[in-house]
Amino acid sequence: MNKVENNKAWWLVLPVFILVAFSAVIPLMTVVNYSVQDIFDQNNAYFVGVEWYREILLNTRLQESLLRQFIYSFTVLAIEIPLGIAIALMMPKKGIMASFSLIVVAIPLLIPGNVVGTIWKIFGRADIGLFGWLLNYLGMDYNYAANPIDAWATVVLMDVWHWTPLVALLCYSGLRAIPEVFYQAAAIDRASKWAVFRFIQLPRLRNVLVIGTLLRFMDSFMIYSEPFVLTGGGPGNSTTFLSQTLTKMAIGQFDLGPAAAFSLVYFLIVLLVSWLFFTTINEMAKDK
Amino acid sequence: MSEIRLKSLAHSYGTSSSGHIDYALREMNHVWEQGGAYALLGPSGCGKSTLLNIISGLLTPSSGEVLFDGKVVNHLSPQDRNIAQVFQFPVIYDSMTVFDNLAFPLRNMKIAEPKVISKVHEIANILELHPVLKKKAHNLTVDEKQKVSMGRGLVRDDVSAILFDEPLTVIDPQLKWKLRRKLKQIHEQFKLTMIYVTHDQLEASTFADKIAVMYGGKIVQFGTPRELFENPKHTFVGYFIGSPGMNLIEVTPCENGVEFDGIKVPLEASHNNLLAELSTKNVKIGIRPEFIHVWDKPVADAFECQVLHIEDLGTYKILTLKLASQTLKARLSEDHILPEKVAFISFPEQWLKLYVDEYLVEERLEEITAGENMAEENDV
Repeated sequence: MNKVENNKAWWLVLPVFILVAFSAVIPLMTVVNYSVQDIFDQNNAYFVGVEWYREILLNTRLQESLLRQFIYSFTVLAIEIPLGIAIALMMPKKGIMASFSLIVVAIPLLIPGNVVGTIWKIFGRADIGLFGWLLNYLGMDYNYAANPIDAWATVVLMDVWHWTPLVALLCYSGLRAIPEVFYQAAAIDRASKWAVFRFIQLPRLRNVLVIGTLLRFMDSFMIYSEPFVLTGGGPGNSTTFLSQTLTKMAIGQFDLGPAAAFSLVYFLIVLLVSWLFFTTINEMAKDK
Repeated sequence: MSEIRLKSLAHSYGTSSSGHIDYALREMNHVWEQGGAYALLGPSGCGKSTLLNIISGLLTPSSGEVLFDGKVVNHLSPQDRNIAQVFQFPVIYDSMTVFDNLAFPLRNMKIAEPKVISKVHEIANILELHPVLKKKAHNLTVDEKQKVSMGRGLVRDDVSAILFDEPLTVIDPQLKWKLRRKLKQIHEQFKLTMIYVTHDQLEASTFADKIAVMYGGKIVQFGTPRELFENPKHTFVGYFIGSPGMNLIEVTPCENGVEFDGIKVPLEASHNNLLAELSTKNVKIGIRPEFIHVWDKPVADAFECQVLHIEDLGTYKILTLKLASQTLKARLSEDHILPEKVAFISFPEQWLKLYVDEYLVEERLEEITAGENMAEENDV
């Protein structure tokens, strides 16, 4: 059989190529460019090779910030994923209450991050905020501006409040997609409630949970505005996460070279963790 | 193992827009004997799945009782009824292996693991699932999946009946035949009561010893495939069973028989007497295409009719005939003489059935006398 060769078809790939180039590759290349040069002004730029990379990897402030970031992201995931599933399981399946609960659950998602920060900043104050006042009234010495543990708890709580609804909504849609007959079969097989959850609901939520976990990991790993508004990174550096450290470096100190190098490392970390998570999950589903 | 008895059972999913109750199942009394292989045959929407779900306990009937071995089980959940059910689409636990799927009902009952292992292997053997036992269930083909769903019903020792809700719908034709044989074999081996819901008469008659034909929320006839074929007790059974279905002609009573379009069909004296006792306008005669006598030249007592169409189906031929304004079908064997254009047909008396209000006249009469007796008893 003669195969017709027509390489003109490659031109059809061009639009995608251009789009990706402008949306991702070219901006990223600018950062790569900055990360290997020391720039004093428009006419004075020197090639420094991997110098900035060495510097940022040895920078203890960044290391601490990275560690903090990982702890934060994992804490947030460890709370939001199970809580989201639990909320989805408790939501009504149909009728007016289903629509009502969907709206109530979705509301936090509609609020911009810096507004969320402001809400909790006021909410957590001991003098005028209901939450802060209540905790103090109950005898707790709660002050997010002075106590690092309180600050952490508030930042985590704020994220849980803001983003658990996303996980809950994803799970809710996943649960609604399970045909009734699975529950009937389980009833006939005398499955306990836990077994129904473990062997029917959870496996069928796998895909939405993968998406949910990835979204929440990436988003929480890049969190900026909420803690910035709430605590400004304090007290001390206790709630200074990576993006805030990076912003300080790039805009505050105008260290464009190290900031660019760090941006790339930051990007690679997010990519690596997401990739590891995704492949592990997929491997687990395969037959041994 | 048990006998399943339905007592004045009826079910409604709710009232219709016009206000009266919409019955998915009309009041019925029925007995499924222990160890029988039964089919529940009927068109979509006749209530057969509803009936099945009531037996398994997935649905609670609006009125009446379900009894297992004489014990009312209405209030029992499916878990407590010792029933296994196989659904139209295979239901498997995706994340588990085939072995774990089969072991699942046993493990839920907290049965000791050695017993579980031996039982699962026994069932896997019967269903020929051994080669895939260690595979994850979601990687199976659809017929293997359906076998796994059946297997989950079979592993349990305490199962009193297995209910099948059109289990072969999604299976390829060649495999359908194999799986049906398997089911039959399982029935012979375990002597379980099996109820098989289907809308396919071939499936019903190859699987079941006795078939219940459902129509409009009622069991209109319960009998062996042969009884359903030879003596349909309801016009629907005549129409639904057989291919093509029974010829049904609307008629009006006349002297010594019935007539339509000026054609007189004589009836047995007993039928005439029965007909005289009933006052209804809905009278039909029915005859199976297989039982119509066909000639190519005039014969005494035969009606002349036009041949509209001949279908050759290999081993037999189907003739479409026009008798006055009625279209009839006749089924002829290969070697039968084939009339052209004009045919002469007669209806042998023994195969000519008389239907009043859609029921076989004998049945209808019985029903009426039963009703009268009841009324008399009530008077006393």
